Amino acid sequence: MIKPKVCILRSAGTNCDKETAAAFRLAGAECELLHINSLVNRQRMLSDFHILALPGGFSYGDDIASGKIFANELRFKLADSLRQFIAEGKLIIGICNGFQILVKSGLLPGSAELKQNTSLIINDSGKFESRWVYLKPAGKCVWTKGLKKIIYLPVAHGEGKFVTQDKTVLNSLKKNKQIVFQYCDVKGKSSGYPDNPNGSMENIAGICDETGRVFGLMPHPERHIFAAAHPRNWELKSKIEGDGLQIFRNGVKYVRENL
Amino acid sequence: MQYKVEVVDKPGIFDAIGQGVKKDILDLGINSVKEVKFIQVYTLEGNLTEKQVVEICSELLTDKVSQDYSVTTPELANQKTQRQFIIEVAYNPGVMDPVEASVLKGIQDLGILGVESVKTAKKYILTGSLSSLQLKTISEKLLYNKLIQHVVNPDAVQADIQHQPGYRFNLITVDLLKATDAGLLEISKKGQLFLNLDEMRQIRDYFRKQKRNPVDCELETIAQTWSEHCYHKTFRGNIDYKEIQAVPALGDKSIKGLLKATIMKVTNELNKSWCVSVFKDNAGVIRFDEKNNICFKVETHNHPSALEPFGGANTGIGGVIRDPMGTGMGAKPILNSDIFCFAPPDLAFNKVPSGSLHPKRVMKGVVSGVRDYGNKMGIPTVNGAILFHEHFAGNPLVYCGTVGIMPKDKSFKKTNVGDLVVVLGGRTGRDGIHGATFSSGELTHESEIISSGAVQIGNPIQEKKVLDTILQARDANLYSAITDCGAGGLSSAVGEMAAELGAKVYLDRVPLKYSGLSYMEIWISESQERMVLSVPPKNIDKLIEVFANENVEATVIGEFTDTKRLELYYEETKVCDLDMHFLHDGIPQTTKKAVYSQVKHKEPRIPQKKNLTPDLLKLLAHYDICSKEWVIRQYDHEVQGGSIIKPLAGIVNDGPSDASVTKPLFDSSKGIIISNGINFRFGFIDPYWMAASCINEALRQIIAVGGSLKEVAILDNFCWGNPDKPDRLGSLVRASYGCYEAAKEYGVPFISGKDSLYNEFSVHGKSTSIPGTLLISAISVMDDVNKCISMYAKKAGSLIYVVGKTYDELGGSHYYDLYGAVGNQVPKVNYSESKKIFSALNKASEKGLVKAMHDCSDGGLGVALAEMVFSGGLGAEIFLAEVPYESAARRNDFLLFSESNSRFVVEIDKKNKEEFEKTLKGLDFGLAGCITGGNSFKIHGLDGKLCVEADSRKLKESWQAPLRW
Repeated sequence: MIKPKVCILRSAGTNCDKETAAAFRLAGAECELLHINSLVNRQRMLSDFHILALPGGFSYGDDIASGKIFANELRFKLADSLRQFIAEGKLIIGICNGFQILVKSGLLPGSAELKQNTSLIINDSGKFESRWVYLKPAGKCVWTKGLKKIIYLPVAHGEGKFVTQDKTVLNSLKKNKQIVFQYCDVKGKSSGYPDNPNGSMENIAGICDETGRVFGLMPHPERHIFAAAHPRNWELKSKIEGDGLQIFRNGVKYVRENL
Repeated sequence: MQYKVEVVDKPGIFDAIGQGVKKDILDLGINSVKEVKFIQVYTLEGNLTEKQVVEICSELLTDKVSQDYSVTTPELANQKTQRQFIIEVAYNPGVMDPVEASVLKGIQDLGILGVESVKTAKKYILTGSLSSLQLKTISEKLLYNKLIQHVVNPDAVQADIQHQPGYRFNLITVDLLKATDAGLLEISKKGQLFLNLDEMRQIRDYFRKQKRNPVDCELETIAQTWSEHCYHKTFRGNIDYKEIQAVPALGDKSIKGLLKATIMKVTNELNKSWCVSVFKDNAGVIRFDEKNNICFKVETHNHPSALEPFGGANTGIGGVIRDPMGTGMGAKPILNSDIFCFAPPDLAFNKVPSGSLHPKRVMKGVVSGVRDYGNKMGIPTVNGAILFHEHFAGNPLVYCGTVGIMPKDKSFKKTNVGDLVVVLGGRTGRDGIHGATFSSGELTHESEIISSGAVQIGNPIQEKKVLDTILQARDANLYSAITDCGAGGLSSAVGEMAAELGAKVYLDRVPLKYSGLSYMEIWISESQERMVLSVPPKNIDKLIEVFANENVEATVIGEFTDTKRLELYYEETKVCDLDMHFLHDGIPQTTKKAVYSQVKHKEPRIPQKKNLTPDLLKLLAHYDICSKEWVIRQYDHEVQGGSIIKPLAGIVNDGPSDASVTKPLFDSSKGIIISNGINFRFGFIDPYWMAASCINEALRQIIAVGGSLKEVAILDNFCWGNPDKPDRLGSLVRASYGCYEAAKEYGVPFISGKDSLYNEFSVHGKSTSIPGTLLISAISVMDDVNKCISMYAKKAGSLIYVVGKTYDELGGSHYYDLYGAVGNQVPKVNYSESKKIFSALNKASEKGLVKAMHDCSDGGLGVALAEMVFSGGLGAEIFLAEVPYESAARRNDFLLFSESNSRFVVEIDKKNKEEFEKTLKGLDFGLAGCITGGNSFKIHGLDGKLCVEADSRKLKESWQAPLRW
């Protein structure tokens, strides 16, 4: 059985790389933290990996718009190797800033010409907010198989409001089961702020591409891999695992079974 | 050619920034603005084709889904309709535009190379009827700060910083040899050296022996090294202390070094084996586990934050993060702590000292500054406090602290002769020249066109890149020492690293942001995000490669020598040649006078009331006590994945936690507890007891989350008024002795500290000191984070115990503050009793008996009970007659709101009643009541009759409302 290899891609301002690597390692993968320069300069090849992870942070300081400059690097410097990576059936996950990058590069919801038709814009509250949110999984994403009906993860972002270019894009996301996570209240019902922390359309917190293998989400599963991180961990006395770990396990399992 | 690009949200997209500004305008009392539209402006300079401009706009500057752009022409700019006002805010020339580098990189990534510079601006279109005075108010009070920004005049041509005339070398010497005393003082004043006559004479005598006049750069180097900011003259000099009236009496003293006589003395006497490095490095270092050490430093950035709250706090947190990075061989920052003191945010505009910003704006700016830097560095902000008093109106306090972790074998550094001096990170500009000494009145944007001087803006991504690469270079053993460039810039960093050896530095080799800097400016500039390394020559190529791989600039600027001299060159000319011994030890000893006399305050006459519910509601809404959720939510307190006890706790995660607990390693359950103690109100009565109470408060928060006093280290941060005034210095002395006594009694050593003196400002011509404010920060190692205790009530039916005795110590309490009084009965500390309580409660936590614990501090028992209950979304029934209380007055209000030290509220499951009481045997505790279902919060007074009855949701609302912005 192969040991899945994960490329955790960094740039100036990436800051959740180490905990993302810790989550993948706990799930059984081998991780390497690569600076984007080493791919651009072709010192290293994306094809050496099974999973590409774009961790959270503030790539290039969120200057211009969150994820924009990193996304352009992917579009203009690494587009071919990314297309090939996806075509080979491999996996991509983008968390928080990573999700912003995937959306702004057009890798999500995904099209051959990498055209951006959704976005993550400034929260309705106008400010960065850090809080825990309840999420309802749905859709056909390989990363979210076997999750509980509602999971609990922290969000921490200033630009997380999911919007689509138009109704058609939104409808096609729904039709193709590409909506992976929706913000909800403790009982799983749709509700307003702060359960939906940013004003996202249809409470959307995460989406995948048509293959279900390219996945992006605003909340941080890597910050809830141990039960101790849960803000009310006394409720969960016997548990040692956090809600986020299963997501990384799913990625690793998929590689083992399919690649 | 200049291209001005404007990016605006598409119709139908919610303009969150515009809406925020609209709300802020309402706060100013201006309600005629119907709409605010926000536009982001980029001004590109360079030779571009039309196609290239379109490509930059559509592929980089605009989000196609949500935004439109226009390349503005003068005709378009004038197309506003009636009742529309445009305010465009841009940075002053010379002020770093933090976005420029990213935009330039983004343009290069498109394969377009013709852009020379990028400037950003923010444009606001206001719709509504406004007078020109209102427009001015909105601009000045809300949208820009003239020290770093200006409102763009559409007709004016922007100054061009890129094409300044180059610098032509010109050696400047200062005629010191022939100067009279008056002349010496004139030289000090004119040069903003802030050296006194004794010091100037000492310098003159030194140069007389050298038979030459100093170069300006030498004088600046000495002034920087001997400054209060860097040398801490007050704490290291002699003090002649007289005490007129105080209990306990310290007696008249002749103190040889206040720091050595108090703070450092206790550390030496306690001599703890787990203290790895104290008072030597950029941060204090203690043991964490078998493999790692942790370090902690807390700094202040008060004056810069007063003038430019965002930039001041931004560079304050940026600076303190560099302290752990520059400790030992470099530590990885793992958490931040931020404590602020402001004037009340609803202070009337006519009470704001002229020249100062309104406290609400100061607070919003400071919080944004910390948010920006801390979040972008990926360091969780897990602990903090915010306090308010009118006397902070001209001079807020901004304390920033950072903890770092490093391998045990990387905890020490040693500069070697022959090593190269390497500067890395940000480039050097005119930022922060004479940073510590500038005065606000003399700074205007007219006089400071280029040298926007002391006010700076940070670039957190630059610092993040430096951090990422330093840790790689550290682990590859490529350098032998590291320190950060903070106050005093290269002068301070190189001067300290070379103190025992000597150094040669070639100033023309330092990379600059723009041309035109003199050799002296290069040497003392306080530009941010720079570090200095000492590198063995054999490693230099490898080292530069490590940094270059991630686009960080590292440059050799000199070498460390064995000459015991500081030698600086510009091109071929020597511009400084100073004896290291004179530089570091040549400062004349001073003796300052200090006098302390206890002030007698008026005792308030508060009538006894049957119903104390209104007082409790008011206390919960006191700015010091009320919820700081608006602030805390803006800080990422979860990044790095190790946050266990978070700043907010409760059934819906919004109650006030005591200490924070962080688990820094993925493969270990060990944790770090961080807490703080601060209460300037007690200092109004006696700084000695204020210090003891601050230490007690920091320690009881550690106990409250399940920690112990086994391995606790503390840090001192004194923010005081002018120490040249005997009364200010007298209270500082008394606080220092309070620190000594309390730390000694509890066995908790100081490992680091800092003082910020001269915090005074003028109101109506009269100089007012800030309240002398001591911050005690505590750090402790916890073996198993799974044994943490949180503060909120967990279950209906649990028992509520009050542990620790209450006295009628209302002096300096928030209850008295409600009635406009200070009083005289300041809380004292009973060391032997409190040590027993701390130890017993720790045992109870270890045994797993404790469901919840909260410390009693601001607002006393009443507030602690309320917070615990409403955070748990429950109710309670409490009987004051069961609470340990030693009193002559025996009043319900005194018992509920006294701020006596060493007290806790503890929730215990019924089944653990006996075991818990056994653990606390012989101590002062009482079974005061129980947690109830529903939301009814009832307190029975000493006579058994109800004295508080409220819905806990109403209590919570009162607590949340004041700062819910």
